[in-house]
Amino acid sequence: MQVPILKQGSNLIATIQSALTDADIVQLRDALVQQVGRYRSQGVIIDVTALDVMDSFATGTLQEVAQMVRLRGARTVIVGIQPDVAFAMVHMGLALEGVATSLDLEEGLEYLKQTDRPADAR
Amino acid sequence: MTRVEPVPASTKVEVYADVDIVAARMRGRRLAVSLGFPSATATLVATAISELARNILQYARRGEIIITANERDARSSLTVVARDEGPGIHDIERAMSDGYSTSGRLGLGLPGVRRLVDRFEIESRPGAGTTVTIQVWKR
Repeated sequence: MQVPILKQGSNLIATIQSALTDADIVQLRDALVQQVGRYRSQGVIIDVTALDVMDSFATGTLQEVAQMVRLRGARTVIVGIQPDVAFAMVHMGLALEGVATSLDLEEGLEYLKQTDRPADAR
Repeated sequence: MTRVEPVPASTKVEVYADVDIVAARMRGRRLAVSLGFPSATATLVATAISELARNILQYARRGEIIITANERDARSSLTVVARDEGPGIHDIERAMSDGYSTSGRLGLGLPGVRRLVDRFEIESRPGAGTTVTIQVWKR
């Protein structure tokens, strides 16, 4: 199941719509890192509202996206982590350290608009 | 007064491709929900199954996950057995410590699962395979 990536202004928005296999997540990572260059994007939003599980692989790969995108000169924000998912992540010890998160898409766009943050803001 | 006999519900998922990880955790969630688990606990179950299934795939290439609902009047629980006949774990203590992984990834899998569940047992013999058993109570 491929994740659609929407170009909106200077940002890329990837909205996950159903459960993803490990291969799907890796594909999403590579597509985002490529498209940041192709569209000269400043920001990347990954909407995980539809994900009912974020395990160590998903978390680790999203962390890789954020780091790779940062190395490409743009910023990433993960939006829509559900309460139950956050609960499980905390229990597992998956903190998504170094990755920006926002409540939802609206807040994520707001976060990316803040121009006073340098590209490597954590 | 008639006593309603507990209904044993069990489901087995063969794990040999990454779609099976998703299938296994979906089955686990469904069973947890059917037992009346709160959604947060069902998510813990699904997440734990996801990790166990991936471990099978990563280290043994194939194996199986058996999810069993233990329905008791007051306290129901769910048991998950993840079994493979892979290379086994040479140093279980080390495999259970945070940040250790022979796969080069996070190394949070098994220790993370242990933190998610109420009971965690691991049995492994080098060359003979690994069996992990977890149990989560309905809360």
